Parts: sequence; structure tokens; C-alpha cells
Amino acid sequence: MINAVLVFNNHGKPRLVRFYQHLAEEVQQQLIRETFHLVLKRDEHICNFLECGSLFGGADYKLIYRHYATLYFVFCVDSSESELGILDLIQVFVETLDKCFENVCELDLIFHMDKVHYVLQEVVIGGMVLETNMNEIVAQVEAQSKLEKAEGGLSAAPSRAVSAVKNINLPEIPRNINIGDINIKVPSLSQFM
Amino acid sequence: MALKMVKGSIDRMFDKNLQDLVRGIRNHKEDEAKYISQCIDEIKQELKQDNIAVKSNAVCKLTYLQMLGYDISWAAFNIIEVMSASKFTFKRIGYLAASQCFHEGTDVIMLTTNQIRKDLSSPNQYDTGVALTGLSCFVTPDLARDLANDIMTLMSHTKPYIRKKAVLIMYKVFLKYPESLRPAFPRLKEKLEDPDPGVQSAAVNVICELARRNPKNYLSLAPLFFKLMTSSTNNWVLIKIIKLFGALTPLEPRLGKKLIEPLTNLIHSTSAMSLLYECVNTVIACNKHGLSFSQLCVQKLRILIEDSDQNLKYLGLLAMSKILKTHPKSVQSHKDLILQCLDDKDESIRLRALDLLYGMVSKKNLMEIVKKLMIHVDKAEGTTYRDELLTKIIDICSQSNYQYITNFEWYISILVELTRLEGTRHGHLIAAQMLDVAIRVKAIRKFAVSQMAMLLDNAHLIASNTQRNGICEVLYAAAWICGEFSEHLEEANQTLEAMLRPKVTTLPGHIQAVYVQNMVKLYASILQQKEQSGEKEAAQEITQLMIERLPQFVQSADLEVQERASCILQLIKYIQKLQIKEVPVAEEVIALFAGELNPVAPKAQKKVPVPEGLDLDAWINEPPSDSESEDEKPKTIFHDEEQRHSRHRQPEIDEEELARRREARKQEQANNPFYIKSSPSPQKRYQDTPGVEHIPVVQIDLSVPLKVPGMPMSDQYVKLEEERRHKQKLEKDKKKKKQKKEKRGKHHRHNSLHTESEEDITPAHHVDIITEEMPENALPSDEDDKDPNDPYKALDIDLDKPLADSEKLPVQRHRNAETLKSPDSEAPPVEKSKKPKKKEKKHREKERDKGKKKEKEKKVVEEEEEKKKSSKHKKKKHKKEKEEKSKDKKKSKKKHHSEEEATESVQNGTLDDEPLPVSSCALAALTYDIQGNLQNDSQVTVSVIFENKSTSFLKSMELNVLDSLNTKMLRPEGSSVHDGIPVPFQLPPGISNEAQFVFTLQSIVMAQKLKGTLSFIVKNDEGSTHEKLDFKLHFSCASYLITTPCYSDAFAKLLESGDLHMSSIKVDGISISFQHLLAKICFHHHFSVVERVDSCASMYSRSIQGHHVCLLVKKVTFSILLERGKYSCLKCPGT
Repeated sequence: MINAVLVFNNHGKPRLVRFYQHLAEEVQQQLIRETFHLVLKRDEHICNFLECGSLFGGADYKLIYRHYATLYFVFCVDSSESELGILDLIQVFVETLDKCFENVCELDLIFHMDKVHYVLQEVVIGGMVLETNMNEIVAQVEAQSKLEKAEGGLSAAPSRAVSAVKNINLPEIPRNINIGDINIKVPSLSQFM
Repeated sequence: MALKMVKGSIDRMFDKNLQDLVRGIRNHKEDEAKYISQCIDEIKQELKQDNIAVKSNAVCKLTYLQMLGYDISWAAFNIIEVMSASKFTFKRIGYLAASQCFHEGTDVIMLTTNQIRKDLSSPNQYDTGVALTGLSCFVTPDLARDLANDIMTLMSHTKPYIRKKAVLIMYKVFLKYPESLRPAFPRLKEKLEDPDPGVQSAAVNVICELARRNPKNYLSLAPLFFKLMTSSTNNWVLIKIIKLFGALTPLEPRLGKKLIEPLTNLIHSTSAMSLLYECVNTVIACNKHGLSFSQLCVQKLRILIEDSDQNLKYLGLLAMSKILKTHPKSVQSHKDLILQCLDDKDESIRLRALDLLYGMVSKKNLMEIVKKLMIHVDKAEGTTYRDELLTKIIDICSQSNYQYITNFEWYISILVELTRLEGTRHGHLIAAQMLDVAIRVKAIRKFAVSQMAMLLDNAHLIASNTQRNGICEVLYAAAWICGEFSEHLEEANQTLEAMLRPKVTTLPGHIQAVYVQNMVKLYASILQQKEQSGEKEAAQEITQLMIERLPQFVQSADLEVQERASCILQLIKYIQKLQIKEVPVAEEVIALFAGELNPVAPKAQKKVPVPEGLDLDAWINEPPSDSESEDEKPKTIFHDEEQRHSRHRQPEIDEEELARRREARKQEQANNPFYIKSSPSPQKRYQDTPGVEHIPVVQIDLSVPLKVPGMPMSDQYVKLEEERRHKQKLEKDKKKKKQKKEKRGKHHRHNSLHTESEEDITPAHHVDIITEEMPENALPSDEDDKDPNDPYKALDIDLDKPLADSEKLPVQRHRNAETLKSPDSEAPPVEKSKKPKKKEKKHREKERDKGKKKEKEKKVVEEEEEKKKSSKHKKKKHKKEKEEKSKDKKKSKKKHHSEEEATESVQNGTLDDEPLPVSSCALAALTYDIQGNLQNDSQVTVSVIFENKSTSFLKSMELNVLDSLNTKMLRPEGSSVHDGIPVPFQLPPGISNEAQFVFTLQSIVMAQKLKGTLSFIVKNDEGSTHEKLDFKLHFSCASYLITTPCYSDAFAKLLESGDLHMSSIKVDGISISFQHLLAKICFHHHFSVVERVDSCASMYSRSIQGHHVCLLVKKVTFSILLERGKYSCLKCPGT
């Protein structure tokens, strides 16, 4: 079982938080902070597994993470999951994001947290792996956004117009890009699966 | 209206959407909290609007805020509103928010049941999908119960996308509502062979997750998984299955043998590292096989560890530690590699390597390994890893009762060296070790005391900065050891002075307390020593010293220290008076501390047996009247209340009166000089008093590791030890040479190996480890390790048992159906409201039934026991037993009659083949269960549970059965009919174990009773005796049946085909309910219910030779007559 999927940036700001067990918000934030500190300490090119002790309730749990550009993707899993399998799954998840957002960068995750959740929901459900085939995941995500667009029709037009107008406010945009506008360059990693 | 809508969209122009919110937060870095609270106010306004788009926008923003740590549970109702939107766009937002913040404590969650049910059955697959996803996160026991049936239906949805989601969510449902597992399991099993690989993978995932917690219930699926393993190409599925086999093999050794070949093939062929790794892991789990195969694993793992990829290295070490448990030898040869990993830059890898070291030590290499670790301790930067090293060193040395330590002087000096670590958290660990060793190894006490005295002498170095230094804990141990074993102390005076130094008062209170207490012990022994040698003045001097120095402890802020110090001060003042009168006091003082303290096992208290006749649950006094129970009787509550009122008649106190009293009390408190007010805070008061704060504390920062003068270096022991061993070896070699001369090289190779083995290393001095004390008659049970509230325990359900009708998932109708509208709709709600009660009742009945059975079993056992003791009463007892049996028979006969008729040749027999004690005596008991063999149509497997009830060891058990013409026990080739089959295990006292025996049979329409004997050797302290136990095995026809599910259409076809023989029988006087009856038939006779209509049910089963057995059970009720059951049975040999 996967216990949690966390995405945060190099400064520990959460970008996606998905716990598969209910925890109070303060506890969630505490866990994110501690996980961040654990992961931050580690150099590049050392192993991607991390024993988190009693952090997530027992030695059975392990943190498996990958670091892409400005973002850490951390999965907390128990012993029933294959470590290398989850590493591949993180890669699949990131590659899927890359496809869905067309060259994903941290900003995409910041402004479209809901969409990132929808992608994750096609990969992991209730802590169990739902699908590992990227094409299948992308197909389902796209089918649903198509459905959303079709529903949008007239009623959504005003809001789209509004957001278009808001985005015209050009001087704001560069200000927002000052951190983490580097694309997550998804490296083609050697696969374990 | 139109105007309103236009106004709504214009308003929305100014609403923030999620992007605006994020942007706003980023632009308000300085006052983020304020900005967000503003936004939350806006969101609250938006939620009040009718427009669902506005609402969902607000909920979407809330989801973002939840991620930042804001509680959004107050919006739960609005989230439900958005969930019930008709548009997918909004619905999805609602479900996402719900999945992030709903949980079992959310009270509005029960409002969602109908909405979710509606979404689950939506024609749009994505509506269904979104509902399932949401449900997976917030399913509660209530939701699980109400929706289990709907989700189960979705498992057969046409779209694989829905099927796989439904399958996965079923696991969550099982967890919350365990009763759903059995009814849903057959379909889950079907999904293992779903045409869609995704669904298949999901089913494997769920079953693996279930089986991981309760593997024994899933053993029967092993053949199916085996097939999947050899056919599947999906690595995810393969990994899961292989992991599952890892959990199953310990329960079924034969499985391990079967697995080896395919696993080896996979290891050799696969290119996926993840799969290879899991294969190796599972091979390690089935550790039954020989060395050669685990050698292959170790080789593969070595390749992983040597890989440049750190991930593989880590996993290699992880798997290696599993091998270590079963094949320590094969890992030990890779010690070089593992020590190398200790230098790795990656902490995870270093920790894993440390774990491995733990298992690799032997008497021979312990010193060497610990020396290496000590070097690492010196080098280690950062306290966490260093602390880890420290605990590992202690773990390694103390493991299995200090088994590998040959020289305790060395160990003590290692511990003393460890006290040099600054800032470690584990001072108490070192202290505990010092105490443990000093107490339990008598021979070491002298040395330990001298070392501890040195520690006390240098206490100022250790306790330089007590605030952040946990190491001062060792002083606790040092003081205690010096005090308790003061007779070994050479310069007691000096130590006592060290303990009385003013610096000591800066130590933590609990350590000072130990200091004070042990000073007296020291003082007592010095006093005795001085008096014996006649140095009166010296004795008085020491008393004077105590009286001078003790007051500093009397002033301590710590209560414990203060109390002990003032007590002791008075005692010593009294002693001084006596000394002045020249009365010898030493003997009496020393008597204060007479007697030796022995170590007591930590579990000792728990293991004290409850004395006979003491019932801990019984009330000592009359139980107080249960006032709470009144609440359960709603009818009497008003009546009661009236009474109570009349009895107490307390004057009602109104608000005014209360306020007046409060005011008066305040006044009183203000005037009372002794009343301590709650403010100002108590800490302030401490500051007023001149105390420790005024003493300037100079922190000494020592960057150089401390070298405590006079402390022994453990290294010198390593050298000494080497020399000692070398000497020993030489001596031995000499001896061996002598032997060799005699034996002429017969054991040439052996000898050279032998000198290396660790048995030859004798400890440096006689080591006497005192075992920890346990109370007399301690119970050997180890149950205390089990966790009583394991959430997965509820899922420990026998899945092979046929489904009883009562277990069917409740098909829920709409809740509002309870408000009656027409007579047509009346029926279902009534039934519904009854259902839960019925269920409960049934459940209780079952329980009671179980209880009865157990009781009966007990009785039989007891009787048998008595039989052995007194043969006089034998006859009486027999009668009783017979009565019991005949009662039993009456019951079972009713149920079994049908088959007996049908198979015609069957005459009689108690057919209960559920585990029942066939035979037992004071020493051992047997229970058995007969199961049809799926692979072979003329064999049945009898699982026999052997239980050792005696306090002695049972071994060399042999089971023999007198074969009949029809039924024969399968014996190994070449053995005669009279040979017994040895039972493949021995039984320690109180243990039971299961063995399986295979029987072949000619005809399956013949019930059989086989006589058998179990012979075994009873071994105890007095010697061993040979014992025998006779038993009977009843093979009923029903035991040749295998529970097979059958679908109603297939069943109908079977009936139509007309090749079934038919017969029927009526059974009168059945008093149990129809459902209960069906459940019993299912359970005892391996039938499954095909269809049930009211009081009529068709059932199906298959014999091991493939015969169909159909059963129609009908309850016939006449208006006047009592209930009547009617069975008819159809049987068809052939097909």
C-alpha cells in the first residue's frame, strides 16, 4: 500500500499532498516538514530509499523519492510494494504530467493543483496502484478533460473570458516566474521494471 | 430571473478562481496568513450563493488551502452540495475536496450515501469513476455496509476502467466492513482471470494485500496464482504474486519446492531488476531448501551490492539481511563487502550494512568488528548516525545474552570509551549496559567497580555541560555500581570524596538521588573497614566529612534528593553521637544494605500465575447498582426520574445564587494569605529566590575527543586477546599433533578447519551470567506480544467455507422508503428494519453454538483424562458419554439423513467432520479434518492437529491406521501396511501442530470408520517413556464432497438433463431456523447455496470424482403442525 504521495519544491513548499489515511491538517504539515528535512539532507546520486523510522508509523514504511529540477516527488509505501517498482511508478507519474501539461514545470503544478490530483487519481487510488501504462493514463485524463470542456459550453464562456482578461495583465506574469520556472526535464531513466 | 443570472455572472467576474488565489498568496508573502483569512471570508460568501459554479469554484480554492494546512472541514456540507452537482466538472471538484478532508468523524458523511449510490450507477463511466476514487479515500463502516453490494456489482461492469477501480475499492470496503469479504470473494477470485490485464492486476493487488495479513486463508489460491505466475508477462503482477508466495511458503513447505524451478528460471531470464530482486527475496523466504540455492541468491545479491547504482546496492544489503537469518554462514563470507559498505557516503546504505554486521559477529570476530565500529564512531559527523552506531555496538555486543563476548573487561572498557561521546542521546543505554553487566557477571565486578570509580573521579569531564548532554546518565550507573559493590573498591575514601564534590549538585535530580543513596553504602563499608582495623579517628573523620558535605544535597530543589539527603544526614549525626561514646556501629550500619539484589526478568510480574481459586473478575463487594443501565430502559425512565427527584429534593440553585457564591469565594481567597493564586506564573517565583541562575555557567567547549586519564584503551584488550588466542591455538595444535600421531591423519582436513571454529575460543575468565529471575510456576505463554487492536484481524476469515445465506450483502433501498406512501412500498422497509436484528440474533446463536461445542469437547477431554486415573468409574462415565453422543447423533442425523438415503449403502455414522477431538488423553489430543483432494479423484487429505497437553516433550510420534478394503492410508513406497507414518515434527509442552495424511479410497459411497494408534515417546526430566493413544477416524460420505460454487443457470441445465437419480426424505423435529440449517449443511457437508427462495433452497456440491450432488431443501409448514423440513436429493454417478 502507498501511504502518501507528496510533492514539494526545494524549499519545502507543498505542491501536492495526498495522504491515503486521514490525518489532521497539522499532522500533515508536520509530516511534510519532517519528510522535507529528511530528503533535503541527502546528496544527489545516493540511493532513493529512506527509512523514516517512526515518522509514518512503524518500520514497515519507507520513503521512496525522486528529485526532478526544483521538485521532490516522495512516495511513502509499506513493505508490500516493490521498491524499484515504485521508483518506476514515480517516473511514470512525472512523465504523464509532462505529457498532460506539455513540458511540465513547477508553475504548472502550482497553478493547477487540481489537475495534478486528477492525474494522480488515474495512477493511484486509495493507496493502491491503479494503472502503470502511461498511454492508458493519458487517454483517461484527456477523455475527462474533453468531457469537462464539452460541459463548459456557454456557461463557462464568461469565466474563460475573465481569466483571459486577467492574464492580459502582463506585468504580473514575469513576477510570478521568478522561481522555479525551469522545466522539469524528465530524464529518460533506466527502468527497473 | 434572467437578470439575476446576468448579475450572477457579472459578480463572478470579480470572484477569484484558483489561479487568482495562488497568485494572490504569492504576492502577499509578508502577510500571507492575513491574506488567506481574507480569502476564506470571501469563500464563505461565495458558498452562500445558489450558483453551483460559484460554489464549486469556492470548494476548489478550499482544496488548495487544505494543502497549505488549513482546516476546511467546516465546509463539509458545501462540499457535498458540489458533489451532487449534475455536471461532471463540478462533481469532480466536490469529490476531490471530499477525498482530501472527509473521514470517519465527519458527521455529514452519512448524507452522501444516496448521492454516491446514484453516481455509482450513472451511465457516464467517469461519474462512476470519480465516485469510486472519492470513496476510496473516505469510506466509513456505514458507507461500506450500504454500498458494498453496489460496488460488487460494478466489479462486473462492462468497462474495464470501472472494473479495475471497483476491484481496488473493494479492499477498502473489506477493511471497514469485514462481513463483506466472504460474499464478495468469489467474484474477486473471478477477476483474477479477467481478460483485461489492468483488472487482473487490480485483483492480484487486492488479494495480495489481504493475504499479506492473514496468509493461511489464501493457501487454497496457490494453484491459481501459480498458473498466473507462469503465464503472466506483466512485471507488476508478477512482483505482487511473487511477494504473495513469499508470505505463503512458510505455511506450506511443499509450495516452496514447487516454486524453486520457476523462480530460478525467472532469476536467470528476467532483465527487470525489480523482478529479479523480488524473486530472490521470495527464494529467501522459502528457506526449506538446501545451501546451493541460497548460494545462487547470495551471488546475485553480491552483484547487486557491487553495482554502481546506489538503489540496487541498498536493496542488495536489505535482502542479504534476510538471508542472514536462515543461512548466516553463506553471508559471512562476504564480510569484506559489507565492511566496505560501512564507508559508503550514503547513510541508508551504512545503516543497512550495520544491520548486517549485527548478524555476522561471532566470538572470533566480535572484537575486530567492534574496533572498526569504534573508529567509525570517532569519524562520524552528525549525531544521528553516531547515535545509531552507538546503539548498534551495544546491540551487537549484548545480543543473545552476551553470547559472543569472551572478555568482559574488554566490554566494560568499550562502554567506558563510549562515554566520551559528547551530546549523544543514548547515555541511558550505556548506563543500562554497565548495570546489567556488573550485576549479572559476578567475575567482572571488581574490574567494573574500579572503572566506575574512575568515571566518578572524572565526572567533571563527563558532565561538563549537563543541559544538552545525555551522557551524564552513565554517572547514575557508576554511582550505583560503586555503592552496591563497594567491597571491591580499593580506594573507597577517594571515591566517596569524588561523590561529595559540590559540582555533583549540577547533575540531574535522579542522578543526585542515586549518588546520595550510594554514598551511604560506601560510607558504611568504609566505616566497617576502619572499625575493624581499629582506626577510630579515621572513622570519625569520614563521618565528619559526610556531615559537612551532605547539607548541599539537603538544599536541593529536587524533592527526592532533598528527602534522602536529610534522612541520611540525621542518621549520620546519630552515628556521630554513638561514635563519640565509642560504641561500635559499623555492623548495624552495614546491616542497612545487607542482602544481594538479583536481576528480575522484565516480564516476571506478568508471568505470575493466578493462584487457584482466585477469580480476578469476581466482585469483592456487592457491585454498585448500575445507574447507566437505566438509560437502556426507556419505558421506566420517567418513572425513575420522578422517584429520584422526590428522594434527593435538592434545592435548585439559580444563576444569581451561583454568581453570589463565586464572588464570596473570590473575596475569601483574596483575604487568605496562604492561598496560592494561579498567577503570576510559578516560574517567576523561582527566579526571585537566589539560586543556581546567579552562578555563572562557563561552557567548556572541547573539540578534541576527551581522553580521560587513567582509562584503559580497549585496543590493548584486542592485542591481549589475540595473544591469548594464539597461545591457546598453539597449545591446541600441540595436542592435536599428538592426536594426529595416534589417529594417523584420519581427520586431517577436519582439524585444520576446527582450529578456526569458534567453539575453541574459551572465555578469558570464568563468565557466570546470572539469568534473570522469574516467578515460580511462571506461565510459558508468549501471548503478550500480540496486539489486540490490529485492524486486519477482522479480515481473518475462512474463505473456503461456503457462503451462508445470512452472509449475503444487504441490498439497500433508498433510505426514504421508510416513510410509507402506498401499501406496495410497505413490505421492503419492514423487512429492512427487521434484518439487522435478525442478523444479530443469528450471530449470537452461532456464537452460542460454538461455545456449546467447545464445552462438549472439553467434557470429553476431561472424561478421558479421568478415565485414565480411575478405571472404577469407567462404566458410569461411558454411559454418560454415550448419552452425550446419542444426543449429538440425534442432531446430526437429521441433517445427514439425506445423503445416507441417497447413497443407499451408507448405514450410519456421525458425520461431523469439522475438527473434533477424536481422541485425547492426559498427554496429547488429536483433532482432525477431512478434505477432498482436488488433484486426485480417489484421495482425501486428513489434516490432524496434534496437541501436547502434558508438561513433557513428545517426540518420535508415529501415526498408524488399520486400513480397510475401501480406505487405505498412503504410505511411502516400500513400507508395509503395518508400518506407521512418522509425524514430521516434535512437540514441546503446550504446543500443537498440524500434519497431513493422504488416504486413497475405492468407493466414495461408503462411510468408513478407521481405527488407528498414535505412538510416541514422552520425554521429561525423569527419563522417557513410550506411550500410545488410540483413536478412530470417521470418513463420512460428505467428506468426499468438495465445495464448488454453481450458477443457477448451470444448475438448471443439470436438473433438466435428467441423468440424475433422485430420492427424498423428510426429517421431523428440526427446531433451528431455516437459514441456520442451510448454514449448517454448507459448513458440515461442503454444499453451497445456488438459489434460495423464501423457505426453499437448492444446493450444490461435487464429489472428488466429479459427481454432481444437488440438494433441494424445503421447509414445509402446516397451519397446525410444527415446522417440517423436507430434503430431496439427486445424485448422478457419471458425467
